[in-house]
Amino acid sequence: MEIALAILIGMFFAVSIYLLLSRAIIRMLLGISIFGNAVNLLIFTAGRLTKETPPIVPMGEEILLEPFANPLPQALILTAIVIGFALFTFLLVLGYRAYQELDADDTDTMRIAEPERAPRPPLTY
Amino acid sequence: MEEKANYEAAVKLPVAMIDFATGFADWFIILPTIIALMGAALLIMLRFNRSIQPILTIIFILTIIIIEINLLLRILALGPQSMTMGKWLPPFGISFTVDIFGISFALASALTALIVTIYAQADLAKREVKYGFHSLLLLLLAGVSGAFMTGDMFNLYVWFEVMLIASFGLIIMGGRKIQLDGAIKYGFLNFLATSFFLIALGLIYGLFGTLNMADISLKAANAPFGPLASIGALLLLAFGMKAAAFPVNAWLPASYHTPHPAVSALFGGLLTKVGTYALLRSLLLVMPTARDFLEPLIAALAVITLILAPLGAIAQTNLRRAIGFLLIGGIGSVLVGLAVPNLRGVAGASIYIFHSILTISALYLVAGLIEKIMGTEDVRKMGGLYSASSWLSILFLVLVFAVAGLPPFLGFWPKLLLIEASLERGEILLIIALLTNSLLTAIAGSRLWAHIFWRAGPEGANSEQPNEKLQPLKTKDKWLCSAPTTILILLIVYFGINPNTIFGLGRVAALDLLNSDRYVEATGLAKPDLVTMPQLGEEGEK
Repeated sequence: MEIALAILIGMFFAVSIYLLLSRAIIRMLLGISIFGNAVNLLIFTAGRLTKETPPIVPMGEEILLEPFANPLPQALILTAIVIGFALFTFLLVLGYRAYQELDADDTDTMRIAEPERAPRPPLTY
Repeated sequence: MEEKANYEAAVKLPVAMIDFATGFADWFIILPTIIALMGAALLIMLRFNRSIQPILTIIFILTIIIIEINLLLRILALGPQSMTMGKWLPPFGISFTVDIFGISFALASALTALIVTIYAQADLAKREVKYGFHSLLLLLLAGVSGAFMTGDMFNLYVWFEVMLIASFGLIIMGGRKIQLDGAIKYGFLNFLATSFFLIALGLIYGLFGTLNMADISLKAANAPFGPLASIGALLLLAFGMKAAAFPVNAWLPASYHTPHPAVSALFGGLLTKVGTYALLRSLLLVMPTARDFLEPLIAALAVITLILAPLGAIAQTNLRRAIGFLLIGGIGSVLVGLAVPNLRGVAGASIYIFHSILTISALYLVAGLIEKIMGTEDVRKMGGLYSASSWLSILFLVLVFAVAGLPPFLGFWPKLLLIEASLERGEILLIIALLTNSLLTAIAGSRLWAHIFWRAGPEGANSEQPNEKLQPLKTKDKWLCSAPTTILILLIVYFGINPNTIFGLGRVAALDLLNSDRYVEATGLAKPDLVTMPQLGEEGEK
C-alpha cells in the first residue's frame, strides 16, 4: 500500500512541477494546488498506513488496542489544507486582478517590476 | 482515589500531563505573539476608526518590546525558557522555547516594526488604513515573533504561513500595477518554499514520530543517515528560498521594490531573516548531522551568493532593487556562519542577522526618503541631493559602510568573526568571498551615493547643472520619517562603537545552538542517553 501511494505521490509531484514550469498563471495555479495535495498525501503516508480503526479507547479498556490509525498526521494535514486553501484563494484572486490590470496571463509579458530591456547602469564614477 | 491508584498500577503510563498551573513569568514567552495577534484582530474591528489605529499599534508594539526586554534579561540570567501549551508535556503539547538566539531577533524585529509604523504615518492613504495596514503589520509581527520563539517544527510552519498571508496583504496594499506584478512572483515562489518545508515536515514526522525541536535534536543523533540527509536538503532548499540565497533568490529583486518604502523596509528587515534563523535553528541545533553532510553545498552557495549579489546591485538603476541585491549579499554572510560552525562562526552569523535586521530596514527607509525628495526611483534621474539634504547623505553613507562591513559600524564585527572562524578552519575561499563581498558592496553603495548625492544633477548633458526637480521634505515628513530613521541609524552606530553587548549575546546564542543541552533541558525532555528511536506506531500509543 505504501508503495502504491508513494508512486501516486511521485506522479502528483511530476504533474505539478510540469504545470509550475509553465508561463501561464492559470497552469501555475493548478500546479500549486496539485503540489499541495501531493504534500498532504506524503504526510499521510509518512504517518504510517494502518487498517481503518479509529483511535478511540474501547469500552472497558484503559488504553488503545493495536492496530489503530495515527490521528496526528490527519490533524497536520487538516491544518495544511486550511492554510493552503487560504493562500491558494489569495493567489487565484491575485492572478485574476493581474489579468485585469496588466492584461497578461503569461509571466513573460509581466515585466513592469522588472523591465524587459533594463537600462544600462550609470557609467560615470 | 483508590480507583486512580488501580488505574495507574494497571497501565503504567509515562507522565504526560502537566498538573500544575503555568507560572506567571512563563506567560511572557507567548505574550509578544499573543499581543500582536489579538492587537491585529482588535484593529480589524476598529477599522473605521482611523485615528486610533496608529496609536494602538504603537502601544501594542511598545508593550511587546518591554516584555521582550524582560524576557531577554530573564534568559540571560536563567538560560533558555520554555512553555508548553494545552496541559500536555512536551513532546506532545506544542512548546514555545526561547533562547538568546530567538529573543534578540524578536526584539530587533519589534524595534524595526515600531520605527516603520511611525515612518508610514507620513503618507499612508486613508484607504490603506481602512483596509487594515496596521492589522497586517501586527499580524506580520506576530508571525515573525512566533517563528523566532516556537520550539515546534509544525508550529514554525504555521508562523511562516501567518507571516506569508500578512505580507501578501501588505505587498499589494495600494494596488498599483507594479505591485500586482511583484506580488505574483513573490506569492508563488514563497508559497512554494513553504510547501517544500511541509514536505520536510512530513518526512521528519515519519522518521522521528515527533515534531518538537528539542525532541528531534535528541533523536537525530542515532537516526538513519539517508532520510536525515534528504530532510536536511529539503530544509536547506525551503529556508534558502525564504532567505533568498542563490540560486533561489530571483523573487526578491522582483518584488521588494514594488510596495511602499515602509513595507519594503519591514520585509527586508524581517522576512528573509526568519528564513536564515530557521536555517540555523534547524540545521545547527535540531539536525547537526544533516548539516555536516550538506557543508560543501552550503559553503559553495555562500561563496556564490556573496559575490553575485553585490554585482547585481552595481548593475541596477532602480534604487530599492539595488538595495534588494545588497540584502541578498548579507544572506551569503550568514551562510558562511552555517558552513563553518565553530563558536566564532555561529556567533558571527547570529550577530550578522541582528545587524541585517536593523541596517537593511534603515537602508530601505532612507531610500524612501530619497525617493520622496527626488520624485523618482531611478538612480539615473537623481542627483544633487547633497546640497538639499546633507543630513540624509550622511545617513546613507553610514548605512553603506555598515552594510559593506567597514569599521566602526555594526556590520564590521560579525564579518570579523566570520573571517576569524573561516581562518580557524582554513577555509581560504570563504575568506576571499567575504572580503570580495565587502569590496563590491562598498563599490555598489558608494556608486549609489555618488549618483544620488554627489553629482549636481541627473545623468545626461545637464549633470553639472543644479537639480531643480527636488521637492524638499515637509515638516511632517521630517518628524515622522527622518527622525525615527535617524534613531534607528544612531542605534546601529552605537552598537558598532560599543559592540560588547552584542558580542556577549552572540556568544551565548552560539553556545546554545552548538550544544543543545540547555535548550533540551528547558523543555524538560529526557537526557540523550535515555532516548531511543521510536518504534512503528508507538507515537499514537502514547
